Amino acid sequence: MSQELLKKAAQSSMKTDVPVFEVGDTVEVSVRIVEGDKERVQIFGGVVIRRSGHGISETFTVRRIVNQQGVERTFPLHSPKVSGVKVLRGGKTRRAKLYFLRDRVGKATRLKQVAGQKKRPAAASEE
Amino acid sequence: MLTALLGKKIGMTQVYDGDGVLHPVTVVQAGPCKVLQIKTVETDGYDAVQLGFEDIKAHRATKPLIGHARKAGVKPQKFIREVRLGAPDEELASGQSVAVEIFDDIQHVDVIATSKGKGFAGVMKRYNFGGQTASHGVERKHRSIGSIASHGTNAGTGPKLKKGKRMCGHMGMERTTSRNHRLIAVDKENNLLLIKGPVPGPNGTLVQVRVSRTAKANTAK
Repeated sequence: MSQELLKKAAQSSMKTDVPVFEVGDTVEVSVRIVEGDKERVQIFGGVVIRRSGHGISETFTVRRIVNQQGVERTFPLHSPKVSGVKVLRGGKTRRAKLYFLRDRVGKATRLKQVAGQKKRPAAASEE
Repeated sequence: MLTALLGKKIGMTQVYDGDGVLHPVTVVQAGPCKVLQIKTVETDGYDAVQLGFEDIKAHRATKPLIGHARKAGVKPQKFIREVRLGAPDEELASGQSVAVEIFDDIQHVDVIATSKGKGFAGVMKRYNFGGQTASHGVERKHRSIGSIASHGTNAGTGPKLKKGKRMCGHMGMERTTSRNHRLIAVDKENNLLLIKGPVPGPNGTLVQVRVSRTAKANTAK
């Protein structure tokens, strides 16, 4: 009973249309950035290497290479500042966390593409 | 005006505000509380309201409790506390139910509850003493209190220690007031208060939530 109440309390600030993507997908994340009173959208693209947590505290990590330097950014999935996640390419993976990508450079970081954009159960990982 | 409610600590979670800032919040199920008794200056010498939270079965209550609740026309209550009133409140009547609506325009609240019991705790945990050094000849006394007095510090107390010397002993499981928590949201549908930060006690503990007495924001906005 109390666990349900906890969920209800967090429900109001959770997204109803959670972006659908999986670990291994190449994505573009739109992040709203407020500078003074102006607001703009920044795009961060890369491979999703991790999804962690559940409910309102779920996060995902995107890795990309900038100037031969690996850069990873972790986003809260339900943050209003993360305005969208666009899947560019599906990647086939056999594990949940792609930490092995950190040890690879160049062509070795490519993941096998999922044949076509396979239909995914909508927000199956969400409560 | 009624300024407090009784409730139950549900647990902690997080919520986003309008700016996309994530706040850690404690969810408290506050009320609906039953008014068991109205105390007035004429009869009791002061103005107050006696509130009850959570019905209990009659066979789990004592006869005095049952009789007291019957006067207000309600079931016996699990958690009963009194809330002082500045002036008599005409809108309150015994037997009436009060809910989270009283916190509608409130920015900050105080929470009163029984803290988590820590058992018999040493001085480092209980009073943040420093303990002794790891080396320099210290053996088996790394977390101990050290010297408790000297001839100089004890002056005037004779052969005894000064009263109130902080030592090891029972810690926690005592009434604790945690003040000036920002009230992030009020969920009227589920009778929930979302209070910023942690509040005393384990989940499921019975708490009193009152309008903050010291926060300036309550009066300003």
